[in-house]
Amino acid sequence: MTEPLTITGKRVPAVTPVLEVDNLSVTFAQAGNEVKAVRGVSYHVNPGEFLGIVGESGSGKSVSSMAVMGLLPSSARIGGSVRFQGRSLLECSDAELSRIRGKDISMIFQDPLSALTPVYTVGHQIAEGLLLHDKNLSRQAAAARAVELLKLVGIPSPERRAEAFPHEFSGGMRQRAMIAIAIANDPKLIIADEPTTALDVTIQAQILEVMQEAKEITGAAVVLITHDLGVVAGNADRIAVMYAGRLVETGGVDQVFHAPAMPYTIGLLRSMPSMASSQTRLVPLEGRPPSLAALPPGCPFAPRCPLVIDACREAEPALTGTEEDPTHQAACIRSSEITSGKLTRSEVFPRPVPLIEGTPAGTDGREVLSLTGLVRHFPLLKGAVFKRQIGTVRAVDGVSFELGSGQTLGLVGESGCGKSTTIMEILELAKPQDGQIRVNGVDVADLSKRDRLKMRRDIQVVFQDPMASIDPRLPIHDVIAEPLTVHGVSKKDQQRKVSEMMELVGLDPEMASRYPHEFSGGQRQRIGIARALVTDPKILVLDEPVSALDVSIQAGVINLLKDLQLQLGLSYVFVAHDLAVVHHIADHVAVMYLGRIVEYGTSDDVFSRPRHPYTQALISAVPIPDPALERTRVRVLLDGDLPSPTDNIPGCNFRSRCPLYQLLPDQQRLRCQDEDPSLRTVDKTSVACHYAEHDALIDTMAER
Amino acid sequence: MSMVEDAQVLPVTPKAQQRGPRPASRLRLIFAKLARTPRFWVGTLTLLVIVLWALFGLAFYNFNAVSQDVMSMNTGPTGKHWFGTDEIGGDIYAQTVVGLRKSLLIGFVVGPVSALLAGFIGALAGYLGGVWDRVIVWFIDLLLVLPALYILIMLYPLIKGGSWVIVMVYLAIFSWMILARVIRAQTSSLRDRDFVKAARFMGVKTSTIIRRHIIPNVSSLLIIDATLGVGAAILTETTLSYFGFGVQPPDVSLGTLLSSGTGAATTRPWLFVFPAAILVITVLATSLAGDALRDAVDPTSGANRD
Repeated sequence: MTEPLTITGKRVPAVTPVLEVDNLSVTFAQAGNEVKAVRGVSYHVNPGEFLGIVGESGSGKSVSSMAVMGLLPSSARIGGSVRFQGRSLLECSDAELSRIRGKDISMIFQDPLSALTPVYTVGHQIAEGLLLHDKNLSRQAAAARAVELLKLVGIPSPERRAEAFPHEFSGGMRQRAMIAIAIANDPKLIIADEPTTALDVTIQAQILEVMQEAKEITGAAVVLITHDLGVVAGNADRIAVMYAGRLVETGGVDQVFHAPAMPYTIGLLRSMPSMASSQTRLVPLEGRPPSLAALPPGCPFAPRCPLVIDACREAEPALTGTEEDPTHQAACIRSSEITSGKLTRSEVFPRPVPLIEGTPAGTDGREVLSLTGLVRHFPLLKGAVFKRQIGTVRAVDGVSFELGSGQTLGLVGESGCGKSTTIMEILELAKPQDGQIRVNGVDVADLSKRDRLKMRRDIQVVFQDPMASIDPRLPIHDVIAEPLTVHGVSKKDQQRKVSEMMELVGLDPEMASRYPHEFSGGQRQRIGIARALVTDPKILVLDEPVSALDVSIQAGVINLLKDLQLQLGLSYVFVAHDLAVVHHIADHVAVMYLGRIVEYGTSDDVFSRPRHPYTQALISAVPIPDPALERTRVRVLLDGDLPSPTDNIPGCNFRSRCPLYQLLPDQQRLRCQDEDPSLRTVDKTSVACHYAEHDALIDTMAER
Repeated sequence: MSMVEDAQVLPVTPKAQQRGPRPASRLRLIFAKLARTPRFWVGTLTLLVIVLWALFGLAFYNFNAVSQDVMSMNTGPTGKHWFGTDEIGGDIYAQTVVGLRKSLLIGFVVGPVSALLAGFIGALAGYLGGVWDRVIVWFIDLLLVLPALYILIMLYPLIKGGSWVIVMVYLAIFSWMILARVIRAQTSSLRDRDFVKAARFMGVKTSTIIRRHIIPNVSSLLIIDATLGVGAAILTETTLSYFGFGVQPPDVSLGTLLSSGTGAATTRPWLFVFPAAILVITVLATSLAGDALRDAVDPTSGANRD
């Protein structure tokens, strides 16, 4: 858009950049050593430009933007220069910065719940920002403008919503309100720090749309900080990749995605599971980012780089332009070999071959777990002393599925759809409120206490957050051995089994007496997997096992799970909101909405030809790490948020958000309003929709 | 550690191959870390010296706590009376040593016992939740609103003539409630943490979960409270003695010595300074050792990182 013109390789800035960051460095002094969080970062943002900054956790991407805003604690030492519209921000006092912040530069944070004050109404908080920077504005005018802004960011009935408090908003609506605050004063620059990380894919797609709109309306430049390459692919004009506190590659979004010149970028792109590649192995990026407290000399990526040569370990390469295009810069001494095509991407990070081919060992596809009409309702109570029921939360409302041995069932849906409640019900191994849970053909309701304890050996769980699921005060030998202590295994056998499991998941058994905090996120998830496997279970329930991990680590854990399934003949119930991951690992997929399964079928069928409008919307909301594809994609966007599970919606409960319902003629709509659709077979998948055959209608509408 | 991060899965290895040494248990790890902390040694050695002194301090001394030297009343520290004498010729050194015995016993029983009570009752309420939680909290609140002193006065006929051991029990019973509520609140948030859920899904017993997961994770608070409680109990005992409970003359404790010496602190400082100094040193040494223990049970603190 406003790319600097290139005339015979010489850069002639068409416009002066809004933001110029030059050699920025941030150092935190810690007891004994210094943590260099940002080490010489330089970039610029032109007016109206969309810059994406991508990096893993700990790469310094957030710290560098906080430094730009002047929001770092005073213990941080900041060097270099930050110029906003020609003005040096680092020399400004806090009072001067406060006049710029919220007016010319605004920020959108990751967690909108903590970014909004809980005790003021949303309208009040938007008006506050307006009044602060414009003394002539009256309160009424500010309030009116706040309502206008809420309407602009797509909040329905904004007059009423402006009077609401933040806790009455859903996550997506809060983030919209944050965007409203951010654009209130027509800023020149919006910095968004992981604005969609805490949101569901469907809501993420909505928020990204709103951000694009906000950018067009205000003409502001946007800096989007994210760990998700898919998010920037469709939106950004330019991207910058950060690693270990430095920019390692920067350039136009097409250049970086299609012809990356830095091995780290190549690795990141190749390690992402994509909706297109299903049953192949992912490419893991081995190792972990270096500690910023004690960086060895040389390229910080060298220990993980497959292209490493001796020269890499001598000096850190500078960010230099590639031969074809000086605006595409990479910090790698071998980047010319990569861009010239001497080294292809698949040579740099070859796809590993699976160790064992074919079907899992010792499995016969026999049913190991089945749910029939599982129900879990929670009463909604009000009152402190005398509680009365004012409603029912239908968390799980008649879920049925079967899992064969050696198979993987993917359970997907937005947060709040009941997928976690479903697996918790399974893990309780108790009689459900209604319906039946059968493990290995045995109804768990009939189990004696003793048999139930025995059955717990066969079904184990891996949780989402490896930080939370491992007791921080227990050495990991005790962590992994814990399931064995229940079943009276001798200390000696426990020790043998633990070492065996640690080896199996790729951890060194020598480290058994260390504490969990000494391990990285990916290693901790491996500890969680080892603990789950130590009793030789048949079924593993995986609750979002990779969503808390960085992309480069994620691939290694997914590969591990697939290998273990093949080696040990495990069956997985895999709960995830990341459809690309599910597509990659699952044999069957069940899509959940408001406590029900709305579509069920084999992974290939569901993902290649989704029949339910909700599945279509979910799939189309997944960002694809390919800018060309992402721009030309036809999106099925959902309106609004997941309705509260307390609402008792007659008929089809999806119709309030259904894109197909809106296209139907009135007499056909009646059926959706009156009749609750049950699962029926359309082609190869089971779909709970009366008009699943009309699915092409949505595509044609969306294209218009 | 880099080689293990995303290493390829090894094929399942045949069993019974060479194994390293048995991995250290949690207790051994904690002791190993304590042993490497100088604070711990300074604290415990000081305490040891104080205890030995309390036990054997009068072995080669000519006076005891009740003896009166009418020839030297109200004298400062001399070669004969090391810490001086009071207005009736009582020997302060002898009294301090004897008082210290009693105070150490009261402090080191009451502080840890009340912390343990608080820990287990609070953890039980927080972990079990529901009816149990309500009953326990109701009981805690009841004990909190009851004026502890009135209860003691009511029970006076029963405990009259009873030894100061009753005071110890009394102090322990009435000093755990506030901490128990804090522990309960922490526990109910710990209960929803995934590692506790995971333990439940493995079939681990409730008592084991509390012992293995809950108590260690709230132990920082417990240790701080236990060490502070040592000093507090020694001083609270004084108040009770003043009302006629607890240690009665001619028996002495550090508390009674201090309260009788306070008035003379400026004119005859030896009556006050020596017992006070001993108390301060005791409490400081306990805090040092407690602090080291707290760091040792918290693996994320201090020098355990690599």
